[in-house]
Amino acid sequence: MAVVCVRGPLRRLAGGRAEHELDGATVLELLRALELCHPAVEGWIVDERGQIRRHINVFVNGERGGGATAVRSGDRVEVLPAITGG
Amino acid sequence: MTELVVGTKKGLFLLEGEPGSDYEIKVRAFAGQPVDFATRDTRSGRLLATVTSPFYGPKIFYTDGDPDAEWEQADGVALPEGGDWALERIWVMARGEVDGTVYAGGDPGVLFESHDGGACWELNAGLWEQPSRSHWQPGGGGLCLHSICTWPGDPDKLAVAVSAAGIWLTEDGGGTWRRGNQGLNPSYLPEEALRDENAGRCVHHVERAPKQPDRMFMQFHGGVYRSDDAGASWTDIGGGGLPSDFGFPLMVDPADPDSAYVIPLVADMDRVTPDGRVRVYETRDAGSHWAARGDGLPAEHAYLTVLRQAFSRAKDGGQLELYFGATSGDLFGSGDAGSTWSTVATRLPPVFSVVAI
Repeated sequence: MAVVCVRGPLRRLAGGRAEHELDGATVLELLRALELCHPAVEGWIVDERGQIRRHINVFVNGERGGGATAVRSGDRVEVLPAITGG
Repeated sequence: MTELVVGTKKGLFLLEGEPGSDYEIKVRAFAGQPVDFATRDTRSGRLLATVTSPFYGPKIFYTDGDPDAEWEQADGVALPEGGDWALERIWVMARGEVDGTVYAGGDPGVLFESHDGGACWELNAGLWEQPSRSHWQPGGGGLCLHSICTWPGDPDKLAVAVSAAGIWLTEDGGGTWRRGNQGLNPSYLPEEALRDENAGRCVHHVERAPKQPDRMFMQFHGGVYRSDDAGASWTDIGGGGLPSDFGFPLMVDPADPDSAYVIPLVADMDRVTPDGRVRVYETRDAGSHWAARGDGLPAEHAYLTVLRQAFSRAKDGGQLELYFGATSGDLFGSGDAGSTWSTVATRLPPVFSVVAI
């Protein structure tokens, strides 16, 4: 199992917990698993096309990743709003 | 007492007051978030707001209670899974003719319907599945469905406007749709392109005259138009005293089918009030003549931009109240059908929408 970490409004939508142990072979599979456990998260991280929203960044063990990034048991996946603006 | 529901770049504001007197800001909700449109359904008292987080995408929220407290997220505000499109923004909401029905229009040119007052929504399949959809061209603000005109007493008749896919009309409750662009003259297109019905018809705002529902008024991207056949065809009424035929919002007096109000901007390449003066223009003869209504509005060095949803009204006839907000954060109001104006609020965040209740 990998650990998905969320914060801010995502944490509230995910049952108030920041860390979630989930099964999945890719970041996208983990995020889908998070949606299954906490349906209120649906649409907030992944859009209708199955893509991680443009201004959300995902880091796997501290390295920038994407939906297709492979994950292994014990990995830590941070979901963060991007620093945007000027 | 009039309530103003104001969507801004940095949150929702509720104000209360009387025309000509001070308005009090009673509530600020969704602090820091863009509230594209917000309204109150007077049938239920429910407040509805469309919020487009730059991080988490567009959502509709509603509350039946304290707007300072938690709002509920509406269900179903999304496009079909697994396609090529994602919902970008909800631009407008409008109450339907049947109790509990609410419509929402958004980008990419989509219409949602709710039949429980805005808690659960579903995509209008008829418009979504238009065969020409893949050829629709977006305007500068995206492929936004921004105007929803119901027909008093007949829930089957509806007109919507999409920038820049033009006017779409239904007479079977949204099952089937047809275009209503005859007579529109997009001067920004080469003449040969006009034969292509998918070439951009950049409608900016449309309103229906409630007492004579086959009459409609339109602010176009360069042109003001009137329809007398329920939106099937349009006549240019942009002359007759307007300083410019470019602008975004438009309003009508429900008591007078010959009335319309616009707020002209200089041009598409200079989207500010002309001559540094803020003026609303009124017609009472269906567009033959327009008269400036600027008494009480800034008259010097005032270069304001008023967006398409930032103009609203309450009541009608001699009691008609008009309100509009600008991206400068100024909000103005009139309690005498536009004859005189006063400042309702200043230094708000950029105003996206105004609804007067």
